[in-house]
Amino acid sequence: MEGNDAAAVLQARAGDADAFRVLVERHSHKVFRLAYRMTSNEQDAEDVVQETFLLAYRRLDQFESRSSFGTWIHRIAVNCTLDLMRARRRHNDDRVREDDMERPDLLESLPAPDPLPDRLVLSAEARRRVQYTLSRLSATERTAFVLRHFEGAPIEEIAKILGVRVNAAKNGVFRAVKKMRQALEPLVGSNVQAWPGVERQEQGMK
Amino acid sequence: MKHPSEEQLILYRYRERDAPLEAIEQHLARCSDCRSDYERLQWVLATVSEQPVPERSEEYAAEVWSRLQPHLAKKAGLGRRMVTSWFGMPRWAAVGTGAALVVAAFIAGRFWPGHPTQAPPPVSAQVRDRILLVAVGDHLERSQMVLVELVNTQSKGEVDISREQRRAEDLLVDNRLYRQTAMRVGEPGLANLLDELERVLAEVANSPSEVSARQLESLRRRIEDQGILFKMRVVGAEVERREQRGGKPPSGPQGLANAPGRTT
Repeated sequence: MEGNDAAAVLQARAGDADAFRVLVERHSHKVFRLAYRMTSNEQDAEDVVQETFLLAYRRLDQFESRSSFGTWIHRIAVNCTLDLMRARRRHNDDRVREDDMERPDLLESLPAPDPLPDRLVLSAEARRRVQYTLSRLSATERTAFVLRHFEGAPIEEIAKILGVRVNAAKNGVFRAVKKMRQALEPLVGSNVQAWPGVERQEQGMK
Repeated sequence: MKHPSEEQLILYRYRERDAPLEAIEQHLARCSDCRSDYERLQWVLATVSEQPVPERSEEYAAEVWSRLQPHLAKKAGLGRRMVTSWFGMPRWAAVGTGAALVVAAFIAGRFWPGHPTQAPPPVSAQVRDRILLVAVGDHLERSQMVLVELVNTQSKGEVDISREQRRAEDLLVDNRLYRQTAMRVGEPGLANLLDELERVLAEVANSPSEVSARQLESLRRRIEDQGILFKMRVVGAEVERREQRGGKPPSGPQGLANAPGRTT
């Protein structure tokens, strides 16, 4: 696939719009998934997809064919998303979040999970907590975590994308994982068997 | 090895090269406490992995392309701007410009022109100052980010600065409004700084979208020689202090003019 990408990039650089179309078709789903993981918002993710491919088209001449087009387009997507997140932080959406920060920890105010929850209830609760925790991560923590956890990017690569030192990227991942643990581990409790991929045992069902 | 730290377990879970993978593996095999801790970490991360992403249809890629194509088609006919941005004016930038207009109009005492015969309620000087400070503090921070990115860009060949340019163009619109407002409300020091910033932003906005390493270096030198980033930081800090004091200016008639003076 990557070999084909290189050929398509060469053709697109020469002005072949259909070749660029092939690249868009191959990578748009992945870029959307990455953008959604980072923004948690469908419309924002769609905007990021469009902006990413426009920037990529404009910068095709800067793409070094010995590297992977997939990695390159991901890097552009991350930067577009970070731009959007920074801008949002400075405008209305984040006023809401700032208000949020002044409130007592919302996680603590969530109702305690049912001690013997149905698997679906538990999943919904876990989903809510993951979303909430993601929304509270800083841009660096969130980007580092999404790239490491969902995209499988090595920490060195994450540091390059974020323009920070390797240790800073690593700490971003650590902080994000620790926050996830704080949010989710109370749900584990004695109901580990109810967790995804783990069979429930009769004794936990009553 | 001793009990691995939480950080080491995280690196182990992600199979990062700089974690002592083999030693951790051996430790986990014989230490039930650590194994239990690691299993909890795995459950947590497995749960995060299960978070759904909204499905896109099979036609999604074609839809993306159909939205992109009209913008790409403009490539041939344009000079400086090869392609227009999808966002045109990005939504978040539009929010910024809208806010600048509202702030400027509000501070100037002409909130909305809906009732021309009815005089707007008077805005107290303190409220007016606070609104200006919040808006300008935000504007300076955004401008600083664009300039810092340019100053830190390293390249030996051609560099595409079109993204920074778009942001500079958007900031330029806001900047004019804030500068005029600062003059009108008697903040000459702030107006001077915004005047300097406006010239730098205009230079960035009017540069070619692709610049050589030499042009970039020259642009960087101009930004650094004027000390604009330093002045912005000083004024930004003063703005923040004044915000905390509820908009009250420091003693002296110049307000934010106590910032470093103009060099031009």
